[in-house]
Amino acid sequence: MKIIVAIKQVPVRDSVLQVDASGKWIRESELSFEVNEPDAYALEEALQLKERYGGEVIALCAGPARVSQAIREALAKGADRAIHVESDDLGAADSLGIARLLASAIRSEQPDLVLTGLQSDDLGYGQTGVIMAELLGFPHSTIIMQVEAAGSSVRVKRELENGWFQWMELPLPAVLTIQSGISKLRYATLMGIKKARTKEVKRLSAAELGGLAAPVLSVEKVYLPQKTKETQMLDGTPAEAAAALVEKLRFEARVL
Amino acid sequence: MARFAGVDYLLIDSLFSEEELLVRQTARQFVDERVIPLVRDCYRDGRFPEELIPEMAGLGFLGANLEDYGCAGMNNVQYGLIMQELERGDSGLRSFVSVQGALVMYPILTYGSEQQKQTWLPKLQAGEAIGCFGLTEPGFGSNPGGMTTKATRAGDCWVLNGEKTWITNGSQAHIAVVWARTDEGIRGFLVEKGTAGYSTADIHGKLSMRASVTSSLSFQDCRIPLDNMLPGAKGLKAALSCLTQARYGIGWGVIGAAMDCYETARRYSLTRKQFDGRPIASHQLVQEKLAWMITEITKAQLLALHVGRLKDGGKAEAAHVSMLKRNNVAIALDCARLSRDLLGANGIMDEYPLMRHLCNLETVKTYEGTDHIHALVIGERVTGVAAYK
Repeated sequence: MKIIVAIKQVPVRDSVLQVDASGKWIRESELSFEVNEPDAYALEEALQLKERYGGEVIALCAGPARVSQAIREALAKGADRAIHVESDDLGAADSLGIARLLASAIRSEQPDLVLTGLQSDDLGYGQTGVIMAELLGFPHSTIIMQVEAAGSSVRVKRELENGWFQWMELPLPAVLTIQSGISKLRYATLMGIKKARTKEVKRLSAAELGGLAAPVLSVEKVYLPQKTKETQMLDGTPAEAAAALVEKLRFEARVL
Repeated sequence: MARFAGVDYLLIDSLFSEEELLVRQTARQFVDERVIPLVRDCYRDGRFPEELIPEMAGLGFLGANLEDYGCAGMNNVQYGLIMQELERGDSGLRSFVSVQGALVMYPILTYGSEQQKQTWLPKLQAGEAIGCFGLTEPGFGSNPGGMTTKATRAGDCWVLNGEKTWITNGSQAHIAVVWARTDEGIRGFLVEKGTAGYSTADIHGKLSMRASVTSSLSFQDCRIPLDNMLPGAKGLKAALSCLTQARYGIGWGVIGAAMDCYETARRYSLTRKQFDGRPIASHQLVQEKLAWMITEITKAQLLALHVGRLKDGGKAEAAHVSMLKRNNVAIALDCARLSRDLLGANGIMDEYPLMRHLCNLETVKTYEGTDHIHALVIGERVTGVAAYK
């Protein structure tokens, strides 16, 4: 089975975030980055499928030079080779633009299966995987917890709400978006890290993949959660305080 | 599970390669996920976490900076970062890995015969065999040249007599690298567990390094094959060359213990409130201690990194490693004490790692060349005059 795993590099969880000068994104220069957690589970699932059924795992990652760290980690954990879609402008792109680049890189590989995380930890749109499937013309299924190969199709277990699950079958090739926490992530062993040195990383520019389309969706403003809690003490007799409270509820809070 | 975010005041991470950071990430995750959840109980119970050996071996931590025979062949900075993270967990665990790699695998690789290498290195790398290093004796610690353990030729055997003590991994070890006096000077030998005349006894009553095994080794007419001598290890300098390897790892390891102490105290100072409901982090005396610690940790990181780069370039000398070991252990110990102080009464509880690191670091200050002896190595290097006697 030839599996492509699309991974994204995101700021490390628990980072202290600061809004950048444009007010539309966070300041990236002082941040450390890591593999988006749901994508790490997608990679783990791909590696386990390869161990069970054989085949090849290709890591696919779009972004600036720094994402080579995420690619190296995927190779060290056991991906056979990687594709780096090089672009410094993805911050301004939307899910459709990125999905177009990824789909274009995937198409020529003719994979059996494309896996990615169900969403990213930074933006959390949950769109890239499903749009990519649409562009490729592949069937897709989301929030996947288990994958079993069944000849020319796959059986997958989807997470529904309230602790319910759904098993379904999709013909290959297909796109699956993987849920976090479905297995135990492997470590990059030192031997794996050493092996990664010699694995192939194909570099493609956005231009080679048809260019990055102007976004149809854009971020207007990024801001830290505002603390709005404010306590006022109302003095006077109970009757006076009640009257002042009613006035405030009516004219300030406008809930009466 | 809490994830350690690292301590990096001076953007030192920018001096590491992508691969070095990835190695550190593996070690860091392993320590967060596998070591820290169990180490407090291990320390309390005086138990070495043997169950971690296969995992550490699988990750490549044993003999990580050695080449061939299954070893990972990492550079010395990558090796140092692994030591740092392991000792952030516990000095005892780092000691285990130090001894296995630097004091057992290194001498076999450097001074052993091809047959000794093929017999032992793959097993030691895989954690299927554990090793220990017997140099110190009850009467000879800082002055190992005075050792009284003897090896005498008797037909097709060497016969060993004597006693070694303060041996990390001693009773666990399948193979001991033992240094003994012969007619041709001090030589190194491989002694297998179970050899007649070879016995071990654990040292009890330690208030430090409780998650590590420390033993005495006894040799009474212990006969080993002639082939068990390390052919290349001639003289005390061979034994000391192993210690230089191990001390290098210690110089990195203790930074991890210092980071854990500093970070624990920093976080505590932000949540602990005293006087007008203000966090103690807002008090000047508390800030002074935090400022001292982060400054010293940063200097220790730069010292370790520089010696690591020198070592990779084949330019690190034993006297360089002495400065690294002496300085970094001393500041780590001070960080542990200051952090304990900042946590007040809570600092003495094993709910926090401070007393454990503090007690461990008292051992680390002494073993592998005491603070005093390393001062004399540095003193000799700058004056040309040896002042050991």
